[in-house]
Formats: sequence, C-alpha cells, structure tokens
Amino acid sequence: MKFSIQINEGPYQHQASDTAYQFAKAALAAGHEIFRIFFYHDGVNNGTRLAIPPQDDRNIVALWTALAKDNDLDMVICIAAAQRRGLMDADEAKRQGLDADNIAEGFRISGLGQLIEAGIEADRLVVFGA
Amino acid sequence: MAIKKFMYVNRKPPYGTVYALESLEVVLIGAAFDQDVSLAFIGDGVYQLTKGQNTEAIGQKNFSPVYSALGDYEVTKIYIEKESLEERGLTLDDLQHLVWEDEDEDYAEKDSIRLVSRAELADVMAEQEIILSF
Repeated sequence: MKFSIQINEGPYQHQASDTAYQFAKAALAAGHEIFRIFFYHDGVNNGTRLAIPPQDDRNIVALWTALAKDNDLDMVICIAAAQRRGLMDADEAKRQGLDADNIAEGFRISGLGQLIEAGIEADRLVVFGA
Repeated sequence: MAIKKFMYVNRKPPYGTVYALESLEVVLIGAAFDQDVSLAFIGDGVYQLTKGQNTEAIGQKNFSPVYSALGDYEVTKIYIEKESLEERGLTLDDLQHLVWEDEDEDYAEKDSIRLVSRAELADVMAEQEIILSF
C-alpha cells in the first residue's frame, strides 16, 4: 500500500512524531511505500537541525533524517506553518534577509499543496497528532 | 489527477490554539486542486463560525470573515453537527450565514450550511476518502 503521513505536533512535547516514526518504519519494513511525510502545525519543529536532546534520550530529528536517507523519503515542512514558527531553509533565509537557517538534512520546505497532493496520490493518508 | 472526497473536520475553538486558522489555510490552498471538498464543524469547532467575533482584547487577528469567502472557493458543503450546537446553547442563528452561487442556476445564492445530526454526520464521514482533522 502507498501511504502518506501527516504530523501535526512538535517533538518531545507530544508523542505524535515518535508514533509516526514507528509507523513509518514498520510500514517500510512490511514492504509498503511512503509517498510523502508532511509536517504541519507545530509538527514543523521536527525539522530543525538545532535540536540537541540529552544524550540518553532519542534524537527525533536525527531519527527522521536517518530514516529518510535510508529509504529515500520525501519529508516536507509546510512553509506557511514554518515561517510563523521560525523554521527556515537557506534559500528562504536569504530571501528574507535573515542571518541563519535551521532545516535538518532530509527535510525540504514547500507549500500546503503538497499535503493535498499527498492525500490524492496515496492509498491512505494517516494523520498523527492534534 | 484523481478526484477524491476530502473532508476537513474542525473540532477546536477559533482562538486558544492555531488549529482553526491553519485548517482554514489548508482548505483555501486545497481548493485549487478541484477535489470534492466538505467541511465539518463539531464539538467546540462550531464556535469557529459564530457571528460577531471580536478579537481586539486578545491581540489576535479575527480571521472569521474568511469563512464567508468559502463559497467563492467552491467550498459549498459545510456540515454543522446539531448536537454540538445544542450542547453549547447555540442555534444556527448564532452562526454566520454562509452561501455559494450556483453557476448552473444563473448564480442563484444557495445555503452552504447543512445542519446534520451526529448519526447523519457519521454516515457522511464514512463516505469520505481523506479526512483531515483539526
């Protein structure tokens, strides 16, 4: 089956991202395809490369980056949600005249149309959080 | 591109969290994809459509006028759960009157709001292919 995944909550505060990660891993292990993972609302915070959790805890951002790399996943952060929360890729930072960017490897920033398309193209859109 | 039945389920009050506003943003962007779209307002989500919202005292943008533009985006099916209104002491008169213009009938103005029972809404939900819940 072809899945799309939407994640609506940020890391640590809420378990949504952890559960989505476990779901994605299990789905891939079972031979399913993941069309896209879309991060919305505070879920965009899962894509910051500046998160440094304590060493004895899971690093959620790094887990996503590794999973994406190993499985060639398309992980999209909503631009509208990201901008109001201070998530910025290098191109956008430059365009906005900002002195920093903070998107982790494996994530890209794009529009809400990518969420709608993810729903249209997948057999199932599974939503985590909110 | 395939046409799917999309339902946006709005469950939260308009202010207090950002879900209502960011749900509306998805609906407006999603309208460009020509899908079969409907909205549902249940629980505290019914407060999103109340008339006369004034956000001055909380220092936030009042985005409620945007709902009246949904008809122009061809979002014409807005389900309101009857029990949710009643549980909150509200009636349809407390909500904005949302309409759309039917091109096929000389742009006749039609009601977008469909007042349905909890059981009826469950049936409508069962027909959907994509449910985005906010």
